[in-house]
Amino acid sequence: MTDPALSNPRTVGPRPRRRAWAVIGERALETVIRASGVSAILFVLAIFFFVFREAAPVLFSDDFNFLEFLFSAQWYPTSDINVRYGTWALTVGSFSVTALAMVLAVPFGLGAAIYISEFSGPRQRETLKITIELLAAIPSVVWGFIGLTVMSRIIVALTGAPVGVNLLNGGLILALMSVPIIVSIGEDALKAVPDSYREAAQALGATRWQIVFRVLLPAAKNGLLAAVLLGVGRAVGETMAVLMATGHAVHLPHSLVDSVRTLTANIAAELGEAPVGSSHYQVLFLTGVLLFCITFAVNLTADLVIRGVRRK
Amino acid sequence: MAVVSLAATRFTKTALAARKERAEAVAKWAFFGMAVAMIIPLVAIIAYLLYRAAPSLSLEFLVEMPRRGMREGGIWPAFIGTLYLVVISLAVSAPIGVLAAIYLNEYARDTWFNRLINLAVINLAGVPSIVHALFGLGAFVYAAKFGYSIVAASLTLAIMTLPVIIASTREALASVPMAFREACWNVGATRWQTIKAVVLPNSISGILTGVILQVSRAAGETAPIMFTGAVFFKAIQPGTVFPYRLQDQCMALSMHLYTVSTQIPNVKESIPYATAIVLLGTVLLVNVSAIGLRVWLRNRKRW
Amino acid sequence: MSGPKAIEVQDLRLAYGAREVLHGISFDVGHNEVLAIIGPAQSGKTSLLRCLNRTIDFVGSATVSGTVRFEGEDVHKVKDVFGLRRRIGMVAPLPVGLPMSIYDNVAFAPRCAGVHRRGDLDTLVETCLRQAALWDEVKDRLDSLGTALSGGQQQRLTIARALSHQPDVLCLDEFSIAIDPVTTMRIEDVLKELSREITIILVTNLVQQARRLASRTMFLWNGEIVELDTSDVIFSNRPNDRRTYDYVHGIFG
Repeated sequence: MTDPALSNPRTVGPRPRRRAWAVIGERALETVIRASGVSAILFVLAIFFFVFREAAPVLFSDDFNFLEFLFSAQWYPTSDINVRYGTWALTVGSFSVTALAMVLAVPFGLGAAIYISEFSGPRQRETLKITIELLAAIPSVVWGFIGLTVMSRIIVALTGAPVGVNLLNGGLILALMSVPIIVSIGEDALKAVPDSYREAAQALGATRWQIVFRVLLPAAKNGLLAAVLLGVGRAVGETMAVLMATGHAVHLPHSLVDSVRTLTANIAAELGEAPVGSSHYQVLFLTGVLLFCITFAVNLTADLVIRGVRRK
Repeated sequence: MAVVSLAATRFTKTALAARKERAEAVAKWAFFGMAVAMIIPLVAIIAYLLYRAAPSLSLEFLVEMPRRGMREGGIWPAFIGTLYLVVISLAVSAPIGVLAAIYLNEYARDTWFNRLINLAVINLAGVPSIVHALFGLGAFVYAAKFGYSIVAASLTLAIMTLPVIIASTREALASVPMAFREACWNVGATRWQTIKAVVLPNSISGILTGVILQVSRAAGETAPIMFTGAVFFKAIQPGTVFPYRLQDQCMALSMHLYTVSTQIPNVKESIPYATAIVLLGTVLLVNVSAIGLRVWLRNRKRW
Repeated sequence: MSGPKAIEVQDLRLAYGAREVLHGISFDVGHNEVLAIIGPAQSGKTSLLRCLNRTIDFVGSATVSGTVRFEGEDVHKVKDVFGLRRRIGMVAPLPVGLPMSIYDNVAFAPRCAGVHRRGDLDTLVETCLRQAALWDEVKDRLDSLGTALSGGQQQRLTIARALSHQPDVLCLDEFSIAIDPVTTMRIEDVLKELSREITIILVTNLVQQARRLASRTMFLWNGEIVELDTSDVIFSNRPNDRRTYDYVHGIFG
């Protein structure tokens, strides 16, 4: 039994050592990897810092009223005699378009998510998911163009409104844009419900309809809420589509076919005309800070909601 | 007697069962309708755009210069400009994004600091594109003194699309079974040796998909480049391979679509439609190739 | 007897978050000894092994206290933890062929350790595959994928991989869980052969397997050592603890 091949391989030689440069190279690479990870924080801080830096002078100037900035509906940035920087109308514009988009997108998005996760076969599921992925890939400027040309004509024809670019148009376009994110996050949430729930309900003789409403929706509640919140975040932050599809009137909307302007579209529309360093320019940056804070809050909430799901 | 009748009816349909079945069918079709309701408009709209764009769609449209103040002619400078922006932003964001994802998935423990990084990535993905534009203007155009240029616009795009790469790379890395990593650690491999030998080779398809998606996202964005480097019109020398310099401003497809559809009166009817089709076609083509790659690689997965 | 034992564990406690799974364990393993660890599922056997080679470090929520000495050296104070892991071979319960060729599977650990000469690797790969009783089955297809092997073959590949970094201690965690009895017997023969030169810690659910291979056996239950004695005593009709008797004779619980 002294077959040399069966002897302990330790006899092959002394314990090997890694070459020094291999170890040093690995250390260096790991440092770069860590730095890249940390860079995400730096970028977010940098975004806030640089946007805030441009906005700061007007924020701390004497004739600027922060409450008026937030809650006055008077936006006359280029007026000669009565310059007013009230973003209330823009905020209302942003939220009314978003709300309309969500009213349309949430039922359809969640319905589609339920269909994909609970009713469709594997082939159909794959087809639908790919379609949704493609839907999500359409650039916002193309959506804006669709709103400007196709959607506005349809709206004029159906409602008899004087112009087709309005709140309704923007809401429809934003709905189509935020559906993909609601579907994909919603489907994840439904998929996360353990199959044992479904099987238990099935064993009790529940139909799939009942399973969806009595078992899945309550169980996936938080994930679905997060899906909606991320949809809201996407809709509030959208720029080009609403710039092109909602018209250009800065006022509080009174009906669905009123033109509105959103916080995002306002920056895109006026930044080019505002002289660099003027108070108008600085106020536009301040609007950017406001937007940053709104989307930050929305995304943070969505993340906390999702985290709550995982902890369970 | 009672036993017999029970046996006879045990597996026949009761009124209740029939009602349940109907409700089930209704539910299925209702949800199916909701799923399809998103696809029908998509197909209809693309078909309509194609129909309206048809008079201008030709190879010349792609490779010609715009003429008469962009009211006629082609979109070549915009197409090339988009290419520039995409390639440069990709060169910046792909390495950082992939490495950051490696950090988050392979190195980061569950500490408050790493939760903060996660939060930062999530918020980076949620920052509105116009805020990215403001950031690019403040940071790259003014603070870094790049001026309105391709560099400034590309860097803005790079930071904007970073979360796309991070998210998809993380997903790809997470799909590699934990058992592989543990097997490597058990034989004394360092984290990086494990990543190099097992994790990366088996997630490269997903990482590539993410990178391709970044391309599609960068190609379609308008707001971030609007105030940092893209212009309405910029004449370039036809026939040259690299018509722009990095410190130049450039045209871009997405910007061009915005310009011809809103800023210039009396543009030839079909030109905006054709521009939209080219942009949409480019983006969808890139996405479809990403999906194709993913499916192909998934089918030859090795475990 | 003088000099350090192969492994000495003193008052080892391990908690995942707030849940303590090992409640102060102490034992030691001598050189070239075969120690079997038996016990029901969830009793902390795998966690115990992970503390030995410090792969427990990769579990974020784990907190370890107490000392584990390997050849007299505290494993939590060693500078080169990767070197430590190379001196302790670890075979996981489910066979894991890495998604690379059979050759690369075995050559992976030596390469990580810094062996790159083809000749050395060839010798090492052949030796380890022979030791794991796999060489004859795969010698003509060393380039095919390790994941394409059958379950039993993959398990032997895992053993070959664990031997490839020339360990002083080999830990096997329920290695026979996914393979057939014939292969199990072949591997047991391999282990008997190996035990002349290296220390073996064998976690197993098969009472008979422990009896066949181990000189001493530990009965671990709910994170505590119920009894640790020579196999003769543990498997006799009169172990010191009633619970050991019940478990070994299948009337537990």
